[in-house]
Amino acid sequence: MGLVMGAFSMQGKQVDYHPDKVDDDLELSIVCHRPEGLEPLEAQTNFNKKELQVLYRGFKNECPSGVVNEETFKQIYSQFFPHGDASTYAHYLFNAFDTSDNGSIKFEDFVMALSILLRGTTTEKLQWTFNLYDINRDGYITKEEMTDIVKAIYDMMGRFTYPALKTDAPKQHVDAFFQKMDRNRDGVVTLDEFILACQEDENIMRSLQLFENVI
Amino acid sequence: MAAGVATWLPFARAAAVGWLPLAKKIMPKPPVDKKSRNDEILYVNVSGLRFQTWKNTLDRYPDTLLGSSEKEFFYNEDTQEYFFDRDPEMFRHILNFYRTGKLHYPRQECVQAFDEELAFYGIVPDIIGDCCMEEYRDRKKENQERLAEDTEAEMGTDTPLPPNSTHRERLWRAFENPHTSTMALVFYYVTGFFIAVSVIANVVETVPCRPLKGSKKDLPCGEKYSLAFFCMDTACVLIFTFEYLMRLFAAPSRCKFMRSVMSVIDVVAIMPYYIGLVMPENEDVSGAFVTLRVFRVFRIFKFSRHSQGLRILGYTLKSCASELGFLLFSLTMAIIIFATVMFYAEKGTKGTNFTSIPASFWYTIVTMTTLGYGDMVPNTIAGKIFGSICSLSGVLVIALPVPVIVSNFSRIYHQNQRADKMRAQQKVRLARIRLAKKGTTNAFLQYKDEGGFHDRDSDNALCLKNKSSFEHQHHHLLHCLEKTTNHEFTDELTFSEMCMTESMGYRTSRSTSISSQQGMSTSCCPRRAKRRAIRLANSTVSVSRGSVQELDTLQVHKSSSGLQSRSSLNARTEDLKLNCEDRDFTAAIISIPTPPANTPDESLPPSPAFPGILRNSRTNFYTHETVKISSL
Repeated sequence: MGLVMGAFSMQGKQVDYHPDKVDDDLELSIVCHRPEGLEPLEAQTNFNKKELQVLYRGFKNECPSGVVNEETFKQIYSQFFPHGDASTYAHYLFNAFDTSDNGSIKFEDFVMALSILLRGTTTEKLQWTFNLYDINRDGYITKEEMTDIVKAIYDMMGRFTYPALKTDAPKQHVDAFFQKMDRNRDGVVTLDEFILACQEDENIMRSLQLFENVI
Repeated sequence: MAAGVATWLPFARAAAVGWLPLAKKIMPKPPVDKKSRNDEILYVNVSGLRFQTWKNTLDRYPDTLLGSSEKEFFYNEDTQEYFFDRDPEMFRHILNFYRTGKLHYPRQECVQAFDEELAFYGIVPDIIGDCCMEEYRDRKKENQERLAEDTEAEMGTDTPLPPNSTHRERLWRAFENPHTSTMALVFYYVTGFFIAVSVIANVVETVPCRPLKGSKKDLPCGEKYSLAFFCMDTACVLIFTFEYLMRLFAAPSRCKFMRSVMSVIDVVAIMPYYIGLVMPENEDVSGAFVTLRVFRVFRIFKFSRHSQGLRILGYTLKSCASELGFLLFSLTMAIIIFATVMFYAEKGTKGTNFTSIPASFWYTIVTMTTLGYGDMVPNTIAGKIFGSICSLSGVLVIALPVPVIVSNFSRIYHQNQRADKMRAQQKVRLARIRLAKKGTTNAFLQYKDEGGFHDRDSDNALCLKNKSSFEHQHHHLLHCLEKTTNHEFTDELTFSEMCMTESMGYRTSRSTSISSQQGMSTSCCPRRAKRRAIRLANSTVSVSRGSVQELDTLQVHKSSSGLQSRSSLNARTEDLKLNCEDRDFTAAIISIPTPPANTPDESLPPSPAFPGILRNSRTNFYTHETVKISSL
């Protein structure tokens, strides 16, 4: 069934236009979502009005209905990585963005995530990243989850890389990662271990600053 | 990539934060967007119709008029707007292209006017969206065909020859276009007349005339007035020969002329006469001579020069040949079947006409085409039954395909046209999509080759093409991904080459294995040479620390000498391209990096001529492990 707009904390205005006929074939409940006003968003995020305007204009241009579903999201993201297959990683990203877990990203979700990623503190950024890696949201990153994520990232590289991608490259990558992050060697990485390990790594800290002026 | 997707780029870049803890290498610095962040509204006045748009919108396509600095030429200081003295209706579509990324073709507009507008605004028509592309192509083709017809017609008739054309050219022109000069027209009609005369003479000479005095038998006129007919024949052949020789002389390409159908017909038309002249009046040979005279009837085909319709008929028969062939084949099958059946059915009858199966062929054909001459009839009951079945099936087998052939021809003709058009469009569409995709991938690879990774601050960075900030940022994003996974993007060619080299002796210390790859490598040589040299030079400067993962790249760790070598390298990029052409290259293949010594690399001179498979130059050259250097 089309897009089910559940209750969400943001209280955006939503207008559901269901067709009057019980025409299940046509089934396109045209959902049009409008975000909260500029002021509340400005208060909740670290963007100023102008930036929010620019962001919304772009968002609305691409998604006139006001929401992005996973398919569209995957398509959009794949266009940035034409070499390989970005759909798996886009799936994980989508889940990370879709905080209300309803299968669609509204403008508020979009802007909140961007606010964290671009204007948040390092702890917030690392928290967001942890959330991304923790696929089942149980608070622990297991090796399997990490392997999935890393495989998805390597998929984006495509076939033609230098040096040629070996089949155990993701596994090696994951092992290296766990070596660094898993302090107590219990096979899982918790949020605290993650944040601690990242804060100790200078390069990661420095790289986190790189993306501040993306907007 | 659609312009709209550009708006998602910041989000994709922000999401790159998710790669950071995993990254094996350090992330490159992002490009600095020098342009002002504030978006301003631009006013564009097109013949009085005032359009307003964000500056960003126009900047999406920097290689068009509106997106580049070219629009400054149209800026009107007094009214603070850009003024274009062009069609305002068309401008709407142009502006929509910037807004949505899709160019639509307005159906009510003239395709030529549209083309002109596109050319003015610097937009290539190839990017017309799929929804409008077919229509655009059709209209354009129609237009072109019409133009071609017009020019052809124009040329065909009264355009005067260039003044210094040779006699030969004028002669050829007179032959091909008889309407150009009176002489040519006269000649045209004279030959036509003589063709008719010759054909009629051929026909009439076989008619029985009144016999000579004193004999009873009717003579064919040809023998009675043999001298007259001979003279007429000679005259016609002389004229035809003369015409043929003149055409041969005037033809721009004699070989091509001699191979053409018309000239073959000409030759066949006049040959019998000459052969007859040459041949002696011999009894046994004259039989063959008579056969040759049959070929004189081919003179009638010479009319096809005078008649457009005949030419078209010949062409259609040629194009319908396969259908006709199939019809013949199926007919043959039916004939053989029925002939066999009739033969065996009539075998018992005494004095039957059906003496053999081939003899029955005649009966079958005559019956199936419903001719029914009656010279062969079946006598037995079985024969009559099969005979009637034969004639009934003949009606079906023969009467059906004939209209089918006609409609087949018409259908196939139209269908071919339509199918080719659709196939071409499909191919073009797919090719365009593939090209666009490849374009973005190639753009990134090219960007890397052009040394896009130089620090943006250095002013003597290699002159990159007019790239939008979108492209800069996108390439930065792809670069981040490369750093995360510690793998580089390459294209298919280099990837396959690399696979080859890896399979060829991974551990040999020295190998002159380049020769086999030179064929392949020269094609992508220039780019790679540059890349190699750049990497090489820069890595000689960088001091490595610790493990491979820590090995930095160009941007993050600047060193003063690095700048210098880079700038010197910039000067040498020109040489790089040239150097690549000659074949004595040194190609180094560095395989496994090891914990490095902290000595700067002196063993490998940063010579510019480094094509081939020099990779991983970021890693240490000063490795003790297998360094495969093939030097030629």
